[in-house]
Amino acid sequence: MNLQNSWAIAAKDFKIFRKKPNVIYATVALPVIIGVVFPVILNYSLHRAGHTLAAAEATSLMDAFSIWFLIAGAIIPTAIASYSLVGEKVQKSLEPLLATPMTDGEILLGKIISGLLVPLGAIYAGATLFMLLMDNFTHSVLGFYYYPNTYIGLILLSTPLIALLSVEVNVIISSRLNDVRSAQQLGSLIFLPLLGLFLASETGIFPFSNTNLLILAGALVVFDILLFLAARATFQREEILTAWT
Amino acid sequence: MMIDTENLTKKFGSLTAVDDVSLHVEEGEVYGFLGPNGAGKTTTIRMLACLISKTSGKATIGSYDTGKGSDEEKIRRMIGLLPENVGLYDELSAYDNLDFYGRYYGLSLQKRKEQIEYFLKLLGLWDKRDVSAGTFSKGMKQKLAIARALIHDPQVLFLDEPTANLDPEASKTIRDFILQLKDQKKTIFLNTHMLDEAEKICDKVAILKTKLVATGSPAELRSSLTSRRIQVRLQFVDDSIVKAIDKLGYQILEKSTNSLVIAVKDPEKENPAILQEIQNAGGRLQFVAEIGSSLEDVYLKLVKES
Repeated sequence: MNLQNSWAIAAKDFKIFRKKPNVIYATVALPVIIGVVFPVILNYSLHRAGHTLAAAEATSLMDAFSIWFLIAGAIIPTAIASYSLVGEKVQKSLEPLLATPMTDGEILLGKIISGLLVPLGAIYAGATLFMLLMDNFTHSVLGFYYYPNTYIGLILLSTPLIALLSVEVNVIISSRLNDVRSAQQLGSLIFLPLLGLFLASETGIFPFSNTNLLILAGALVVFDILLFLAARATFQREEILTAWT
Repeated sequence: MMIDTENLTKKFGSLTAVDDVSLHVEEGEVYGFLGPNGAGKTTTIRMLACLISKTSGKATIGSYDTGKGSDEEKIRRMIGLLPENVGLYDELSAYDNLDFYGRYYGLSLQKRKEQIEYFLKLLGLWDKRDVSAGTFSKGMKQKLAIARALIHDPQVLFLDEPTANLDPEASKTIRDFILQLKDQKKTIFLNTHMLDEAEKICDKVAILKTKLVATGSPAELRSSLTSRRIQVRLQFVDDSIVKAIDKLGYQILEKSTNSLVIAVKDPEKENPAILQEIQNAGGRLQFVAEIGSSLEDVYLKLVKES
């Protein structure tokens, strides 16, 4: 497998994304909300006149907010991967691409890179802002800088695994749909199991402790491998040309 | 032989899209592949371009076998494909569209620059190189897509309906460019149902309707598959003239007040007797000429019969 070929495909997608405001907004919005708006809300809660938030409550809220990076990891690649794959179908640009000497695996990897890198860049930028702002706002209450810590480290470790899962689901979905919006809507359903996990965590059924986050990461690796095999089986030249249209 | 197929067949489930097709294309030839919609032309190109597998039979491009995994990458390197839908990236400029394809074929930066400049200038798009392809007219898009198919200097070019839906001027530009490519000894496999186009630029044509119905040069097909016809122009045509020709055993294909079109096997030998009989019946001759059959006549006859 020639990685330069995959990178060339991803580079082309990046150039197209830059010209699509919808893709830019879909990529940036959620990381900005989590990275800036959540810290501002916490800061308001901490310093609201007549109210004080205990240190334990503050750290608990910060941990809960940080779980949204996992959810972002599931949602944002949906928007990108839908444009990357269904967009090619709509523009009928898959056939000339498939006529090049690149292997199916190189093309699939290129699509995975383009579906992963932009969302992860936005999420990690958002996470950096989140940690900086949270530390800045909570240092006076906690007496120490809460971030970086193992907990958010494990969350940010699991984020690419969830993002990869989301891209793989989109590859499979894209094989059956011819409309970007439908692909996005269906792909975003991957958010539901995560929302379930989030609720399970908040209700204490499956608390997002460090150990449980490691278990989640391990489970995600297994799902990623299984879904990669499924996506790879779907992403065959003949299948794309005859069954994807 | 640059493109060679033997009993090439493609089935999609119970549907046979291409049935037992054997064709031979020499290096540097423009080979026209004619047929109605759904005849299997695009499926054949896709098999030859290693985009889809064949069900049975054999197909080689150069010395490489389309069914052999290790040969398929080599075939893709030596061919260029213009699909029926051009499939350009509308958001990208003309230059970027070609540049990314140059990268896909592993061309160096310098080579890409040279090739892009060469083709965009040749096709009159250089001044529009930084303009988004999405804003181009159909003709410009088609030209850009042809440039994309040629960016890696392939030996064989597959063109699927290159002038479909283009205005006459844009069609002529594309045809002239195909003839330029022929001068460069490129082998061109042209899917089309524009019969005048095939007649103008193809060395050989094949007529496909799932099966191969006929193959040969346009002139060979015309002469072998349609009878020769003469047009006799008279001052007037009346029943006695018609009866005289019937009596000789010739078929009148068309009749008007002052003209007859007659099917004749060998005009050089048979015309004197026919004309004498017309004059004996009171006909006053103005002129006689042979009417050439067009590829369209041949095509319609064969497709109807098959």
